[in-house]
Amino acid sequence: MIHSRRKLLGLGLALGVGLAAFGLPKTAMAFEPQKPIEFVVMAGKGGGADKAVRFMQSIIAKHKLAPVPVTPINKPGGSGAEALVYLKQKKGDNHTIMFTLNSFYTTPLRQPALGVNIENFTPVARMAEDTFCLWVNSDRKDINSVDDFVKAAKAKGKDWIMAGTGKASEDNLLTDFLNSAYGLQMKYVPYKGGGKVAKELAGNNANSTVNNPSEQLGFFEAGTTKPLACFTPERIGLFKDAPTFKEIGKDFVYFMQRTVVGAPGMSKDAASYYQGLFTKVFNSEEWQGYMKKKALQGDMLSGSALMDYWKRERDIHKQMLIKMGAIKG
Amino acid sequence: MVEIITLLWNGFAIAFEPVNLMLIIGGCTVGLFIGAMPGLGSVNGVAILLPLTFLVPPTGAIMFLAAIYYGAMYGGAISSIMLGIPGASTAVATTFDGRPLAKLGMADKALTAAAVASFVGGSISVLLFTFLAPPLAHVALRFGAPEEFSLMMLAFATFIGLGGDDIPKTIFSICIGLVLAAVGLDIISGEPRLVFGNITGFLHGINFLVLAIGIYGIGEMLWTVEEHYKAGGKSMMSDAVITVQRTMANLKELLGTWKTALMGSFLGYFVGILPAAGATPGSLMAYGIAKQISHEPEKFGKGAVEGVVAPESANNAASTGSMLPMLTLGIPGSPTTAILLGGMVIWGLEPGPRLFTDHADFVWGLIASLYAANFFAVIINIAFIPAFIWVLKLPFTLLAPIIFVLCLIGGYAPTQDMHDVWLMIIFGIVGYLMRKLDYPLAPAVLAIVLGPLAEPALRQSLLISSGEFSIFFTRVYSAPIMICALILLFLPLLKPVIRLVGGRKTARR
Repeated sequence: MIHSRRKLLGLGLALGVGLAAFGLPKTAMAFEPQKPIEFVVMAGKGGGADKAVRFMQSIIAKHKLAPVPVTPINKPGGSGAEALVYLKQKKGDNHTIMFTLNSFYTTPLRQPALGVNIENFTPVARMAEDTFCLWVNSDRKDINSVDDFVKAAKAKGKDWIMAGTGKASEDNLLTDFLNSAYGLQMKYVPYKGGGKVAKELAGNNANSTVNNPSEQLGFFEAGTTKPLACFTPERIGLFKDAPTFKEIGKDFVYFMQRTVVGAPGMSKDAASYYQGLFTKVFNSEEWQGYMKKKALQGDMLSGSALMDYWKRERDIHKQMLIKMGAIKG
Repeated sequence: MVEIITLLWNGFAIAFEPVNLMLIIGGCTVGLFIGAMPGLGSVNGVAILLPLTFLVPPTGAIMFLAAIYYGAMYGGAISSIMLGIPGASTAVATTFDGRPLAKLGMADKALTAAAVASFVGGSISVLLFTFLAPPLAHVALRFGAPEEFSLMMLAFATFIGLGGDDIPKTIFSICIGLVLAAVGLDIISGEPRLVFGNITGFLHGINFLVLAIGIYGIGEMLWTVEEHYKAGGKSMMSDAVITVQRTMANLKELLGTWKTALMGSFLGYFVGILPAAGATPGSLMAYGIAKQISHEPEKFGKGAVEGVVAPESANNAASTGSMLPMLTLGIPGSPTTAILLGGMVIWGLEPGPRLFTDHADFVWGLIASLYAANFFAVIINIAFIPAFIWVLKLPFTLLAPIIFVLCLIGGYAPTQDMHDVWLMIIFGIVGYLMRKLDYPLAPAVLAIVLGPLAEPALRQSLLISSGEFSIFFTRVYSAPIMICALILLFLPLLKPVIRLVGGRKTARR
């Protein structure tokens, strides 16, 4: 029995090799994952990044885009530090990819001891760019524009509470920008996760936030909160009445990347395999619908274009962190 | 009222479609076993099975996942009672009395009590959910950092009597738990702390399960090995027998704990509603209060049935409660509901204030499925009790290695990091030694569970108030909770005074 099974196996192998060698000469060289793909999440289970990864996992499973399962693995520690170090240690691994946000730039800048150089990672695909708006509770009938907001926040001075998602995070950078651009003294209070921040504003426990549209969408649709202006180049379709900061004289545009990155030193074939895989995910009806619903923007970027984008964004973040005093120049 | 009943009736029609009904029953069964495996828990179960649900329509899929969540709440008690290892943080309080009961040869009683209490908690909370959802969502929204901290204070205060009478040792144990809870990322400053010179394994902090499985699993096993050795090789796992008579007697005794079950259900539900609290603080508080109001508090920790009834009714009630902020606010009340939330987004059901009007079929189908899941979970659970008891009859030499392997898996599963497995073994040995020296361990576990919830809330509150502690006493919801917490906290100090006054009265008579 065992013997015959071995024979069968051998036959199958020979057939496979034969097919690979003669039948499909082009794909024979191409990379195919041999074991489950590990998809590292820089956040805990249930966080924004985690949800996006599980969404992509479902798209891949539903359309059978990969021959092996994709398994998300959460490395939430240290604002992405744990995930970055984990991926760094996976040097040369062809089965580990990671989903990343802007802590991809800020965490290595703030913690040089980690020894993470993002230029070593393999660019796979930028799936979208998330946007930011300035939000207040709809109970504030007196605040309908950024001018009203500035007036109200100035009157309250240090007692104006801006809720955000952690120190030196995207929200913190934007708060610092608003403080210096309009001469405000808003107090920044960090919470765990954008959903929690959105809820603090809806419950009137904070005076304003700089949430992503997706985080406030539920409350916005229920009429609980309202956007005053957005940090985008053009107005966001969902919030036609909210101007961009550019329109009102402060040329400030800020995005958060949602990008798939591969382990450092990944083989070229593997990198192009994942680029192909995530191009399919990007073009799927589900992902396009998700982007529309969440007011996500941006085209897909990959390869050297993505690497250039990273370098540019890292420099911008470096300047911002220096300005806010989080790192030295 | 009539409208709600009509909507619920429609919901039942959806939940009782054959496919959905099968999914609910299947989910309950899967959840029961996932919950019974230490370390797996509902979070991992729901996360792993999420992509599978693409095979069925969205409503059925979310019913399936909710049934898993529900079944796991039942199952969590099983490993707590039989092995003394809490499978999830929600089942920690169940070990306190469930395990002693099992050791006394009354595992069947503990398991029956857990199942019935879970059923009571689940049923009451689903009723509350059906009729009181929108107004409570408003309260949940108003809960900010000061309210959260007051609630955590209340949870700590209800537990003051937990560590026995040795107050210094209890405080020591709580402090150890709080220090371990502080390892990892400082949410306010965004910096890593207590990572022992950048050991990456410490960056994600110390998961509660690593400590709980370490001291309850590994430590308990070392303890049992020692007792086993002393007893000359006789099995230390008690032989519980199951007969119809015994089961009837157990059920009869359970009737006497109806007050505890009601208290646990209501408390669990209301705590569960609060965003970010989840089922764990609710079950711990229910245990603490059950002990405080009991006529025989000295029995707690040694095998009191109320000590199983209170946390089990509360954690099931809370798991229903935590669906409320998820559905109405889009804010998950627990890690598992966070993943459910992710699932809903994938299926195009946007949770939030408008879900109840935009997708009424889905919402009421889900609520109806909770009634059904609760009903099936209790039947499946009770049906499996003899099988669980049979496991306990395995010889210790066979059972011990199985438990050890389960512990290792349980320590590895949440973070998939070997660092945590080593840490867990160290905690096991240290826990065993602490127990030898008569240090209570439950307060340490309590602290590592509640610490990460309490600390950011305290610091956010003080940041908002510029360092004024008055913030806890000047807000509508925070003030009463904080005052209750302080009264409970100082109750042990006041007790001698009360006794003194009471004693004089009787003397006068």
